[in-house]
Amino acid sequence: MSNIPLLAVTDLWIAYERINAVRGVSFAVGEGEIVTLIGANGAGKTTILRAISGLLPAARGSITFAGEDLLRLPAHLRTQGGIAHVPEGRGIFGNLTVLENLRLAAYARTDAGIAHDLEEVLELFPRLAERRQQWGNTLSGGEQQMLAVGRALMSRGRLLLLDEPSMGLAPMLVREIFRVIQRLNRQGATILLVEQNAHLALEVAHRAYILETGEISLFGPSCELKHHPRVREAYLGG
Amino acid sequence: MLQILGQNILNALQLGSVYALIALGYTMVYGILTLINFAHGDIFMVGAYLSLAAAAFLLGLHLGLPAVVVFVGAMCFSMVLTALLGVTIERLAYRPLRQAPRVSAVITALGVGLFLENFTLGLLGPEPRHFPTLISVGAWEIAGLTITPLQILIILGAAVLMVLLDLLVGHTLLGMAMRAISYNRQIVPLMGVPVDRVISLTFAIGSAIAAAGGLMYGLAYPVLDPYMGVRIGWWAFIAAVVGGIGNIRGAMLGGFILGAVEIFTPMILPSSTYRDFVAFSLLLLLLVFKPTGLLGRPIFERV
Repeated sequence: MSNIPLLAVTDLWIAYERINAVRGVSFAVGEGEIVTLIGANGAGKTTILRAISGLLPAARGSITFAGEDLLRLPAHLRTQGGIAHVPEGRGIFGNLTVLENLRLAAYARTDAGIAHDLEEVLELFPRLAERRQQWGNTLSGGEQQMLAVGRALMSRGRLLLLDEPSMGLAPMLVREIFRVIQRLNRQGATILLVEQNAHLALEVAHRAYILETGEISLFGPSCELKHHPRVREAYLGG
Repeated sequence: MLQILGQNILNALQLGSVYALIALGYTMVYGILTLINFAHGDIFMVGAYLSLAAAAFLLGLHLGLPAVVVFVGAMCFSMVLTALLGVTIERLAYRPLRQAPRVSAVITALGVGLFLENFTLGLLGPEPRHFPTLISVGAWEIAGLTITPLQILIILGAAVLMVLLDLLVGHTLLGMAMRAISYNRQIVPLMGVPVDRVISLTFAIGSAIAAAGGLMYGLAYPVLDPYMGVRIGWWAFIAAVVGGIGNIRGAMLGGFILGAVEIFTPMILPSSTYRDFVAFSLLLLLLVFKPTGLLGRPIFERV
């Protein structure tokens, strides 16, 4: 972890449908880390990710990425700058094939590495390789999640924002997805993970922040939070 | 009898080509923004006038330019300028309303159409303008059918444009971005796609194709007036709905069906004045029994 964090969120306020959904949240993600935001439904986790990627405006505060002010940039330029958001519900384009979904994620890239990255993603997810010509809306939930992560890789994201990757998946698929997340992290990707499944999140993340009704109530290394009585009671089932 | 039928099928193809070209613009804009661009018929009208202006200018030079040069010149000129018009309309009239209720955007579209009609009326006056004859080569007689080079040009020209558009939407990165926007616009920026630019390009392409339709219409039915876009726009709109609005191939199919309705109505009913009755009845029947159109699929995608 270097001195300047890759992502720094400072005193972030977000109003969503006239409610202050996020109230003065500050946190940081260092290069090479896996950091998780844990919280109940409606705690503001998804809202924070959407503000980082530019899908929602921030009411107050600052977000910097590699020292650069993000709030001034429109969403598509944030993606081009290295922020890859895998949104809630995965956001697969059902009227595009698997290959087209992957290719579209490299829309703004002009480098020669697109074909090579495509091969890598298909190697990482052999099921996607089998289904490369199928329409996105014919994929199962797990395959859609793989495709969503694959798209993030195609955009050459330095920071992956993962919103509930375990949602709606069978336990075996969840483990597979999390293995991939850890593998990507070992290969150098920085990851901000939002999860309701606190067990799993604390298992893979280096550090964690607990979010309650739009504010951070607790934070620290995952191994410490795992044993914190309040976390055990509220998120790990005692 | 068979010859009359063959002749009319040919005429229906010619007229249907023009309807199909205009219907494509309705369907593309609807596909990407779920907005019925009611100004599109008037954009077609402006395209026809711009073609006329360019053709008249080139012929007025008295250089003895070959008809092909005049045709291509007029086509390029009007396609480029009409594309700019479409982009400008989107930027000024529709983009500020993108988060507004859909009714506001539809009313605005009707307003833009009225503006274009009255602007043209004010600029050029109410009297119809005559489109110059570019292709004066006589008709061919083949198997008892009268086929003019103009007919061939319109049908083939429209077919080429439609195939190109189909390839663009189905097989290019821009086409993927358009389809993605029609499926889930909110997510598209996360792919690094500048959504506003793709929407602008969609308007540019749809308007340019309408301008090509305007040129072809002017050649085939050489009387232009500022309100010509109203009826033809409605017919092309019906064509888009008949084929399945938002569906590119549906718009082509719908165009040919509406061309056939127009040509065959006077053969079956006592007079051609029934044609609007037939066309709008078709629209109503379809909206009642198959609202997604013949080729279905409310979002535009490869079928």
